[in-house]
Amino acid sequence: MMKQYASLLWLQLRTSLALAMQYRADFLTDGFVEVFWMITALVPMFVVFGARPNVAGWTFGEALMVTGFFTLLQGVLEGAINPSMTLVVEQIRKGTFDFVLLKPKDAQFLVSTARVLPWRAVNLATAGGVFAYGFTKLGRSPSLADVVAAGLLLFASVAILYSMWMLAVTLAFWVVKVDNLTVLFGAVFDAARWPSSVFRGVVHILFTFVIPLGVMTTVPANALLGRTSLAQVGGAALGAAIALGVSRLVWTRAMSRYTSASS
Amino acid sequence: MSLRSTVRALPTMIRVGFSEAVAYRAETIVWIAATTMPLVMLALWHAVARDAPVGRYGAPQVTAYFLAMFVVRQLTGSWAVWLMNMEIRDGTLAQRMLRPVHPLIAYAISALAELPVRGLLAVPVASIALVAFAGDQLARDPALWAIWIASLLGGWLITLLANLAIGCLALFIESSTKVMDVWLALYFVFSGYLFPVDLFPPALRHATEWLPFRYQLGLPVEIMTDVYDAPAALAMLGRQWAMVAVMLGVVALVWRAGVKRFAAYGG
Repeated sequence: MMKQYASLLWLQLRTSLALAMQYRADFLTDGFVEVFWMITALVPMFVVFGARPNVAGWTFGEALMVTGFFTLLQGVLEGAINPSMTLVVEQIRKGTFDFVLLKPKDAQFLVSTARVLPWRAVNLATAGGVFAYGFTKLGRSPSLADVVAAGLLLFASVAILYSMWMLAVTLAFWVVKVDNLTVLFGAVFDAARWPSSVFRGVVHILFTFVIPLGVMTTVPANALLGRTSLAQVGGAALGAAIALGVSRLVWTRAMSRYTSASS
Repeated sequence: MSLRSTVRALPTMIRVGFSEAVAYRAETIVWIAATTMPLVMLALWHAVARDAPVGRYGAPQVTAYFLAMFVVRQLTGSWAVWLMNMEIRDGTLAQRMLRPVHPLIAYAISALAELPVRGLLAVPVASIALVAFAGDQLARDPALWAIWIASLLGGWLITLLANLAIGCLALFIESSTKVMDVWLALYFVFSGYLFPVDLFPPALRHATEWLPFRYQLGLPVEIMTDVYDAPAALAMLGRQWAMVAVMLGVVALVWRAGVKRFAAYGG
C-alpha cells in the first residue's frame, strides 16, 4: 500500500517536472525571476537592521533564522501546496473533479500531490544560505539537538500550513470560487517573514491563534537558536496532528456533499 | 481614429469599465484585503522605532507614512499587463484594433474605471484611521494638497504606462508577465512601499531619484506626510512628470514596433 503511494508520488512529481520544462525559455526565466525575488526580499532586512542592532528582542543574526524558515515554508507553500490546490478548485468548478474521484486511490492524496513547481526548490537553497549567513553573524553553529528540534517543528509547520489550505479548498465545495484566497493568504503569510514579537495586541493574537503564522516560523527559529523545550516540540506535534485530523475530517464531509458540476 | 471620436466615446467607456468593476465587487474586496503589506510594515517599523526614531521616522511618522501608503497604493494601482497578455495571446486584441478607439486608450480607461470602486471601498476607512491616529503628521498647506493630487495622477500614469509597455512586450515574447514580476520586485524595494526611501544608504537613495518607482508611490506619500515644503514638492513633481513623458515615449515606441508583429491569431 505504502509502496504504491510512494511510486505514485514519484510519478506525479515527474509529470510536474515535465510540464514545467515543456517551454524551455519560460523555465529558465522562471528560475531567474525566482532568484531575483529572493534577493530583493532580503533588502528590507538589511535596511531594518541597518537602523537598529536589535528589533523587538531579535538581533540581525537571530532574525535571519526566522527569514530562513519563512523562505523554506514559502517554497513549500508556493511550490507544492498552492499549485495543487488551485488545480483542485478549478476541477471542482469545471466538474472534472469527477475524474479524480474515479481513480482507485485516495482523492485527497491525488489532489494534494497533483502539481509541483520545481523552481520553488530554489527557496530551499536560499534558505540554507540564509541560515548559514545568520549563524556566521551569530558567530556559532547550532547543536545537533537544536537542529533536530527545529526540523521536527518545521515538519509540524508544514502540516499546519497544509491543513489550513486543505480547509480553504474544501470551502470550494460550497462556494465554488475561492481562487482569490491564494492571493489573500499569500499576502497575509508574508507577515511570517518577521519574528512574531514584532506584532502586538490584536494582530499578535490573530497571528498566533487564528492564522498561526508566528508558530510556523518564529517557533522553529527559536528552536534552532536553542531556545525551545521538549514540551514545546511535543505541543507543536500534537497541534499539527489535530490540524491534520480536522482537515481530513472536513474533507471527507465535503466529499459526501460533492454533486459534480453537471448535476 | 480621430481625437474627437475618442473623446466622445470616453464617458460610455468609463461607464462600462465602472460597471465591470462593480459587478465583481466581492473580488475587489479580496484584492483590497490582500494589500496587507503596508500594515505589516507599519507593525514592523513601529517595533523598530519603538525606543528612538529612525532618521526622521518616530512612531507617529511611521503610522502616518504607512497608512498614507495604503491609501496611495489603492489609488494608483493598475493591472493592465495581465489583461493585455491574455488578449494578445487569445487574439482579442484584433477585435479591439477594429474599434475606432486606440487599444491602449481602451486599456487605460478600463484601468481608470477600476479605481473609484477601490477608492470608495478602501479609502474612507484608511483616511479616517490616518486622521485619527496621525492627523498631526499630515501636510497643512492647501498648495501641497493640490500638488499631491497632481502627484497621485502622475504616479498612476507611471504605473499604467509601465503596465502598457510591459504588456506590449507580449507582442514580441510569448508572455511578458515574468518581466512584470521583475518590475514588481524592483518596485517593492525602490518605491518606498516597504520602507521610506530616506532610509536607504545615500548612494541608493540618490538612485531612487532617477528610477521611476519612487514617483509611483513614495512621492505622493511623502507630500501627504509633510516631508517637503511647496517649492520642493513642486520640483519633485516636475521630475515625476518628466518620468511620465519618458514612459509615454517608451510605450509609443514599443507599441509601434510590436503591433507590426501582431498576427491576430485566433481573432
